[in-house]
Amino acid sequence: MKKSKVFWLYAIIALIVYAIVQFMITSDQLDMYYSNLLITIAINIILAVSLHLVIGITGQFSIGHAGFLAVGAYISAICTMHFDLPFPVALFIGAVVAALAGLVVGIPSLRLKGDYLAIATLGFAEIIRIIFLNTDYVGGAAGMQITQMTTWTYAFFGVFITVIIIANFTKSRHGRACIAVREDEIAADAMGINTTYYKVVAFALGSFFAGLAGGLFSHNFYIIQPSQFGFLKSFDILIYVVLGGLGSLSGAIIAAILLTVVSMYLTEFPETRMIIYSLVLIIVMLYRPSGLMGTKEITDYFKLGKRSKGGNLDDQ
Amino acid sequence: MLKVNDINVFYGNIQALKGVSLEVNEGEIVTLIGANGAGKSTLLKTLSGLLKPKQGTIEYLGSSIAGKQAQSIVKAGISHVPEGRRVFANMTVEENLELGAYLRKDKDGIAKDLQRVFELFPRLLERRKQQSGTLSGGEQQMLAMGRAIMAKPKLLLLDEPSMGLAPLMVKTIFSIVKEINKEGTTILLVEQNAHMALSVADRAYVIETGRVVLSGTAKELKETEQVKAAYLGGL
Ligand SMILES: Nc1ncnc2c1ncn2[C@@H]1O[C@H](COP(=O)(O)OP(=O)(O)OP(=O)(O)O)[C@@H](O)[C@H]1O
Ligand SMILES: [Mg+2]
Repeated sequence: MKKSKVFWLYAIIALIVYAIVQFMITSDQLDMYYSNLLITIAINIILAVSLHLVIGITGQFSIGHAGFLAVGAYISAICTMHFDLPFPVALFIGAVVAALAGLVVGIPSLRLKGDYLAIATLGFAEIIRIIFLNTDYVGGAAGMQITQMTTWTYAFFGVFITVIIIANFTKSRHGRACIAVREDEIAADAMGINTTYYKVVAFALGSFFAGLAGGLFSHNFYIIQPSQFGFLKSFDILIYVVLGGLGSLSGAIIAAILLTVVSMYLTEFPETRMIIYSLVLIIVMLYRPSGLMGTKEITDYFKLGKRSKGGNLDDQ
Repeated sequence: MLKVNDINVFYGNIQALKGVSLEVNEGEIVTLIGANGAGKSTLLKTLSGLLKPKQGTIEYLGSSIAGKQAQSIVKAGISHVPEGRRVFANMTVEENLELGAYLRKDKDGIAKDLQRVFELFPRLLERRKQQSGTLSGGEQQMLAMGRAIMAKPKLLLLDEPSMGLAPLMVKTIFSIVKEINKEGTTILLVEQNAHMALSVADRAYVIETGRVVLSGTAKELKETEQVKAAYLGGL
């Protein structure tokens, strides 16, 4: 009962934030620049949280997340541009196809571990990108024209749904099983946990939400091109997860927000942008080698606060 | 209860078990002793479904389990405490124990067994909220055993529970092994510490480079020259 109260508290806070921003946008107090920043942040949070499930929770070091982002981006764009489907339907189809792509990639490559898995996922992501690059139907290298449809409302609810589903999955029996796989695969096997199944499920679920982010991403610009989904994009997402602290959902969110803002401001200094961005990463990793949050969640700090207060009361 | 008949197990091209046969009867403690690399862990992994035998049969409670998935073997009542404890380091003691009961659905039974584990290992009760990775080696061994008990096994496979523990802790662990056995769990115990193992076991097998070379009651083997020379430090 207490848990669900905490859950509703967060949900209500999030919805209030949404309403305030939405009001500011409709009343023109927030210009395009900032509303676009917010949408980009939302997309990056979805990407960070979905990869967090694969790497942070299940311990499968995948560095090809941009491949699934591309699948969602292109498939949803095909749905809206070529088939005139409503945007929400297109988003959903894009996510489902990305999840299927996740299954196709995951089933063979998740037998691999560590560095080998990383290389395999990177390779698959490049294959996906090259397929789009060579498909005239989606414009090849020149890219595909897309109508702008992503709004703050879509972006917000994209994040909202992603975070709720992944947080609940993590807390469930299935999430525990995934964490056990991360902690020690042999021991997890010995407990009777179907480790292959959970690796594939986490991978497909992560790909699903990466696909959702892809749909929001492609409909936020007027054009998408295969070059936007290269391995640098995969690394950007990976950095959110690592910087946030592997295993921390709130860490991944905070890192995605922080780095998106930093990178947005740095676009004004194109010459020094990558240097400063790299410096930020190096400094954070020097001072917080296990990421911003380690494996902790923001809520853990609140809980600790409460506990120590309780202790004080007992002492008196 | 368990009948292993002539199994061969390979790692790629390397044959780790060469025609191993052994038997465990209900209620017994059977120990398997042998030098490093003899194939003891390989045998336990094969029994719990982590490895598949290329040849031979494994019969458990009258049905064949050779090559079955680990899940169905755990469900059938065989729990494996792997070598080196392998606790889930970033989870608390309690979460580890809960995962031990991962395949069970009977909430009341799980709660009861949790009590039982805490009775067997009071140390774990004190530390139930502690991160398992910060437990001492002995405590981790207790946790690994407790976690296996949470699956409610009929047959418990223990891989070197005394590894790296101080003599006093070894004694504690072995007396708990006896207690678990008295409460009705059959035990197959792999050990390097032959002295201790032979003192708690009913029967024993000696394995050398993938073959069973000796077997008999623990008492008999203790008196055998070969065992004395090779495993009991020539006492
Ligand atoms: N994953 C593996 N790949 C290849 N060979 C292996 C693997 N695991 C074990 N072996 C080999 O199989 C043989 C038996 O190993 P096993 O782990 O069963 O020995 P053990 O009797 O448990 O030894 P110890 O007492 O040192 O734990 C050894 O020669 C070992 O090198
Ligand atoms: Mg061994």
